Amino acid sequence: MAYTFRGGIHPGTKDDPGFKSATNTKPIEVLKAPDQVILPVSMHIGAPAKVLVKKGDIVDLGQMIAEAGGFVSAPVHASVSGKVIDVAPRLHQNGSKVMSVVIENDHEDRLHESVKPKDFESMTNDERIQAIWDAGIVGHGGATFPTHVKIKSGIGKCDTILINGAECEPYITSDHRLLLERPEEIVEGVRYLVKIMGVKQAFICIELNKQDTFAKIEQLLAGDPIIKLAPLECRYPQGAEKQLINAVTGREVPSGKLPADAGCAVFNVDTAGAVYRCFAKGMPVIRRVVTVSGSAIAEPKNLEARVGTCVTELIDACGGFKKDPNKLLAGGPMMGNAQFTTDVPVLKGTNAFLAFAEDEDKRVKDPTCIRCGRCVGVCPMHLVPVYMNMFASRNNLEGCEEYDVLDCIECGSCAYVCPARIPLVQQFRVAKMRVQEKRRAEAAAAKK
Amino acid sequence: MYDFSKVVITSSPHIKSKEDTRSIMCDVLIALLPSLFVSTYVFGLRVILMTAVSVAACLVFETIYNKIVGKANTIGDLSAAVTGVLLAFVCPVTLPYWMLIVGAGVSIILAKSLFGGLGKNFINPALAGRAFLLASWPVAMTTWVTAGSRAGLLSNSQETLDAITAATPLAIIKGSAEGDLPSIASMLWGMCGGSMGEVSAIALLIGGAYLLFRKVISFHTPAAYIGTVAVLTLLFPAGGLGHVQSMLYGLFSGGLMLGAFFMATDYSTSPVSHKGQVVFGIGCGLLTVMIRYFGGYPEGVCYSILLMNTTVWLIDKYTRPTKFGAPAKQKKEG
Repeated sequence: MAYTFRGGIHPGTKDDPGFKSATNTKPIEVLKAPDQVILPVSMHIGAPAKVLVKKGDIVDLGQMIAEAGGFVSAPVHASVSGKVIDVAPRLHQNGSKVMSVVIENDHEDRLHESVKPKDFESMTNDERIQAIWDAGIVGHGGATFPTHVKIKSGIGKCDTILINGAECEPYITSDHRLLLERPEEIVEGVRYLVKIMGVKQAFICIELNKQDTFAKIEQLLAGDPIIKLAPLECRYPQGAEKQLINAVTGREVPSGKLPADAGCAVFNVDTAGAVYRCFAKGMPVIRRVVTVSGSAIAEPKNLEARVGTCVTELIDACGGFKKDPNKLLAGGPMMGNAQFTTDVPVLKGTNAFLAFAEDEDKRVKDPTCIRCGRCVGVCPMHLVPVYMNMFASRNNLEGCEEYDVLDCIECGSCAYVCPARIPLVQQFRVAKMRVQEKRRAEAAAAKK
Repeated sequence: MYDFSKVVITSSPHIKSKEDTRSIMCDVLIALLPSLFVSTYVFGLRVILMTAVSVAACLVFETIYNKIVGKANTIGDLSAAVTGVLLAFVCPVTLPYWMLIVGAGVSIILAKSLFGGLGKNFINPALAGRAFLLASWPVAMTTWVTAGSRAGLLSNSQETLDAITAATPLAIIKGSAEGDLPSIASMLWGMCGGSMGEVSAIALLIGGAYLLFRKVISFHTPAAYIGTVAVLTLLFPAGGLGHVQSMLYGLFSGGLMLGAFFMATDYSTSPVSHKGQVVFGIGCGLLTVMIRYFGGYPEGVCYSILLMNTTVWLIDKYTRPTKFGAPAKQKKEG
């Protein structure tokens, strides 16, 4: 029996469910290391990392070039060996310029002395968590929350680890290919995580559209008393932490709280892989598997690129564009960020880069709500987007709060099904910001 | 270098489902076709002409209103066309064309556009038009011809039709009209007196099934509505009929199918959550049977839905889904 949650959508066509057929059978291709990498100090949620190198320095592969800027922060490592040619703000996927270290590749891939296997068994738990922190591991599913924070704050509170292989976003197949091609790394990584967190059960959660990965994983898990495979029905946004926890364990993360409050810690499959590489090879996060797909891409592929590789090189490796792109996306089509150029680096959380030739967004002028209620049926947070939109469009912040706009996870299910094409998520993002501003202002006024 | 001159930046999500307002309204029109065919077979070509006049009037009224208030024309969403077909379907085939046009004006201008147009009107436009016509010209609105008789295509005269008038099954059951009850089978196929689009339960069920299949509507409203009527007419038989007979006549007469599948499911004027739709459907069913049994009219579908339309905001408020991760206390209340 496959697990699932209530609400959600399943984009795609009959012949191409989830729009994944362009790349789900294509093996991961390792992209040649580029001549230059751009490594922003913000590739995670939290404080930016602090740069440790200066222009002209020679750095080795895997060398820490920026240290964590606080507890909720992650260091950055050189993804090639070579010379630092610039430390300056560069264009980031978030659309602004972010302080970045630019390294010219000497193509020697000279390993840094710190890159060596660690003796996991003889380390204390604090040392293990420190090792994960030092390796710059963040949530590889796209949210990029620093993994050590999740582990540290979850120990004692969590009895369950969920490994997120839902990959419910349309088009993306990078986790699918990793599960198929490198399941040993992932399963070993989960074993490390189970030991560190001391949980009594762990589930590797995979949607049924990746059934070809099940046999090998079950074989690797045979006899394991703690780790189990949890098949999931295909449903977006099943990979959202709260929905995944609900699907597999039946628990609900309380409103405004974290997964740890429901006793669960959720890690992406590639985060588990990164944990494995951290202990078994001593390798920090320097690579990333990216699905390059969409109707404008000549030959869609799954590419493994060094972190900091310019996305243009990935597009080149896919034969360039077959049509002029109408939309460029870093991430999936449901929650990814629109880009205006491919001149941005691959980041730790870049699971996909998509290019659409046609207008898939179908915006209309003056959209009118017809109250069809489709949004109510699909909201995975069980909210009422039709009323939230009504209040938001009138700038009625009390109404927005009353209808729990702050619980919105911005998954986009409501906007996807909306026949009137109302940009609901955009409305709610603005409303959330305004409500939070209002709350801050009220808190400040109360202080005075 | 690549050409990014056509690239647009928008907020996520970046893909949308195929369905839009127009395609949904188009589905509703398709779902109404079986009933139109049967009705034309039963009452003659005047049905087609009446429907066409009603649709044209609705489109013209909406265009004129939009022109006057300076809004972009909205007839492209086809919702006015749906209103036009539904209005024609709830009128007798012998209604003079000019009355139908007045009804269309009330539907589109008074009931819909003045409240802000599609999605903002709080009562069903087609039913509002019918209620207005029934109050203004009660005789013309309750003159029914027997199945198989052919009303003149262009004739507007009531007298020529008097010889062949027939009572609706509900009026006979109620005792407000004389005549023999048609058989259940003839009511299923539509061989009985009644409004144009309401006579054939089978044709309407086919249309309803199409709407359910296309996921234009969910089963909640029609199931709750029809179920409530079924239970009540079964438990409390009317007009000296047996229990089951009473239920069958209750279900297949008087536009219940048209109301349950096409009117009570109108998006603008029904609740947004499934829970709310069930409450709404039960309310419609209760009122329909109460009006049929205790009211002044033999038929209750129209007024029951109009009355329930006015309670939608209340139903929406009290059937709001409990949000994910709500505190346990809130859950108990919900």
